Order: sequence, then structure tokens, then C-alpha cells
Amino acid sequence: MSTFNLIAESPLGVFKQFCEEGKLAYQVTPSGQAVFYPRIVAPQTGETLSWQISKGEGTVYSTSVIHLKGIEPYNIALIDLDEGFRMMSRVEEMPPEKVSIGMRVKMKMSKDKEGRALPVFVQGDSK
Amino acid sequence: MRGLKSASVAIVGAAESDLGLCAPGTSPIDLMAQATLRALEDSGLKISDIDAIFSASTQTRYTTLALKEYLGLEPSYHDNSHIGGASFMTHVAHAIMALEQGLCKVALITYGSTQKSVSRAAASPREYNPYETPYSPFLPAAAYAMAAARHMHQYGTTREHLAQVAVSARQWALKNPVAWEKTPLSIEDALSAKMVSYPLTVRDCCLVSDGGGAILLTVSDRARDLRKKPVYVLGVGEALSHLSISNMPDLTVTAATRSGPLAFNMAKLGVKDVDVALLYDAFSINTILFLEDLGFCPKGEGGRFVQGGAISPGGSCPVNTNGGGLSYCHPGMYGLMLLIEATRQIRGECGRQTNRRL
Repeated sequence: MSTFNLIAESPLGVFKQFCEEGKLAYQVTPSGQAVFYPRIVAPQTGETLSWQISKGEGTVYSTSVIHLKGIEPYNIALIDLDEGFRMMSRVEEMPPEKVSIGMRVKMKMSKDKEGRALPVFVQGDSK
Repeated sequence: MRGLKSASVAIVGAAESDLGLCAPGTSPIDLMAQATLRALEDSGLKISDIDAIFSASTQTRYTTLALKEYLGLEPSYHDNSHIGGASFMTHVAHAIMALEQGLCKVALITYGSTQKSVSRAAASPREYNPYETPYSPFLPAAAYAMAAARHMHQYGTTREHLAQVAVSARQWALKNPVAWEKTPLSIEDALSAKMVSYPLTVRDCCLVSDGGGAILLTVSDRARDLRKKPVYVLGVGEALSHLSISNMPDLTVTAATRSGPLAFNMAKLGVKDVDVALLYDAFSINTILFLEDLGFCPKGEGGRFVQGGAISPGGSCPVNTNGGGLSYCHPGMYGLMLLIEATRQIRGECGRQTNRRL
């Protein structure tokens, strides 16, 4: 049974609110399995999910540098967070081609084009 | 797919529409109608024989309704299932079910796109994903680029291996009169081409084409009385994996690891029985992943498998004999073009495109 009240809040709305507070939120099942992206019930079981705040530390699962006309090449990456979930993001504050698979990264709350909080990553301390 | 009978249904007509760059104002349904008429001519059937429509499109959402209206069909069965470029393989499986059950007698599967004319952005607008779109991931190229990067990291695959896939496709395309690309391509050309999403250059990425096609299917008993040699559908397999790339469990393992065995088991055939493989090459890495996931080579060996021209004309494992999405035609959703080429290969109609083994 879902305890989510979609009249009051949405999974995305909660996630974004946490972002505005500088926090990278994810969900966990009753048995502690991490779930991302946020949803109203756990996949496969339909169990209730609870919110957790990630430490924001993870590893680059894969990475690419996108070359588009008229803008500087930029990074896109999939990050495996230490808590056991994966998300798309960017690794910033370093040349995009220097981002490598297996590199340790940490979350930094940045801003999107509209000025809303957007989690990106920067190089982190090796484990 | 248990329950469907191998060879109960055959492809009896197959045709492309005009391909490449169409006259201004051409609609996707114009292309579908043109291909359908050509497929009818190929089969000896009449337009009024069609009583089932299968289609999917990014440009015209209610595709089967649009076709019904345009061609004046009165279908007893229809299916607008949309799972991306492989939709048409799914339509074949669903058409077999409908034909076996007597829900229809002649099934049309058709597709058309004017994405080169109207631009890819206009033809295939992406749905907003709040967990991906803010990062401007330039999909689908970057998704396959990250799969390629991961494959290189795990298995030692190189950019030269990827380039070889593009070169092999080009060699086949040069034998196909209707292929878009007309000039030879070398490994060096492919490696030095404009970078799109590292490690993929523009030569690792499919064409952006106008075009489409149509195939017609009917039960095997009726197929034998038609114009061309029936192309029996021996096996089908379907598997759904993920929608967003951040939810693909392992970027180096495709859903073909599940759909492939379903199709081979239904057909009671194996990889060793395959003379020509038609693998959806939206990007060069795809060919490598599918060669592995279908069992043409061990996992991780796809790059080394293609090195030296195994999948080129004259090679031991001919792949994408039409020139592929990389060099022949890629009208946004490419799956139907593979089914058309497969039909022609099995009929022995491909002339210069055939391999020495055939």
C-alpha cells in the first residue's frame, strides 16, 4: 500500500525540494534496497519507500564528451552512488575528456538554466 | 513466445519507399502508402486484401488510424505498439498471433519518416525526463557512447574496432544501389571524422534519412499461392529492458540476450545456421553488442570479432548486407528496413549484395 499522497506531493517534487536544500535524496525499500529515480512505490514488490539523503559520494560508471556546434564540449556521465543507486549527471570543474570510468566523484549542488538546484559531481577523494 | 507456431506465417511482400531526401511536403504516410503499394505489387495481393495494419511512428502518433484513413482500409485487426525502432519486429510477432487466431488474413506492417526533410528534432522530439534532460545528454548518441566507453573499459574494445563496423557497413552499402552513401570509407576516415559523443564520431552514428517500407504477411497455406517464394517466419522473440539509459542495468548487455534465445528456440535453429545477420546498427557499438548477445562471438569479443573484416563482404559472418543504418538508410526507426533486407536475402534477390557463401 502506498502512503504517497499525490494531492499533497509528488516524488519529483520531494526530490527537487531536497535539491533546493542542497541534499541529494533517494529512496529505500523496507529491506534497505536503494531506489532511483523517485517513485510512489517500490518496483517489483509495491512496498512503501522511505526517503534517505545520500552522502553524495560515488564512482563514474560511464562517461562521454558531447560535441555540439557552437558550444564547448561538455561531459555527461552515469554515476554509481555508494548507497547503491545510479543516476545521470555531469562531472564538472575539470576538462570533460579527463573524466574516466572508475573515478571517484562527489556531489555538488549546482544550478540548471532556470536557476533551480541541480546535482552535479566533481572529482572526489579516492576510496 | 511459446504458443506461436514456427513457419505458420510467411512474409509475402516487401518493399522500400523512396529513400534519402524526399520532396518538400512529403508526409510519413505518403511514404508508407508508396511502400505498401510496392509491397502489394511484389506479392500479387490487392489493397483490399489487407485486413490488418501494424505501424508505429514518432511523427504521426495515431499511425494505424492515419493509414486506415489514407488508404481507405477496413482492418479487422490493428496494432500501434511502439517500443522504438524494434517496433516492427514486435509487430511481426503480434501479426503471427493475429493470423494464427484467424483475426485477420493479410497483415500490413509499414513505416515511413521524413526526418531528413523536417529535421530530427522535429521528427522525434524527446520526452522530457526530469532526471536526465537537465543535463542535456544529447540522446540517443550519448547513451550509446557511454555503452561503447564501458565496453572499451571492460573488454579492451578500441575505437578502431568501432570504426571497422562503420567501414564494413560502407563496403556493403557500395554494393547496394539505393544506399545513401556512395563513397568508400577507411578506418582512418572514420576515426578522424567529426566527434559527436566520445568515443563515437559521425561515422559511428546512423544516417538521418527520409524513407520507409512495408511488408505483408499471411498464413503459410495462402502464401504458397502468391507471386514470390514465401519467406516463413521461423522464430520470434521479444524482450523489454528499459526506457532511460540511467536505468539500463549493464550498458554492455542488451535485451537481445533474452529475445535471441526465444527466437532461436522457436525456430529450432542456432547461430551456426545463420548465413546473413541483420543487426540494428543505429551506432557502431550496437553491432558489436548484438554479435555478442546473440552468440556470434563470446561476450566482450565483439570488437576483435569484427577486426579484419569478418562482417564485411566476403567475410565469414556477413552482417547488414544492405549497408545498415550506418550507410544505407536510417529513417528514425530502422527495424522494418532489416526485415525487408532479410526477406530479399532469403529469396535470393540481392544480387551484388550477396556474399560468396550464398
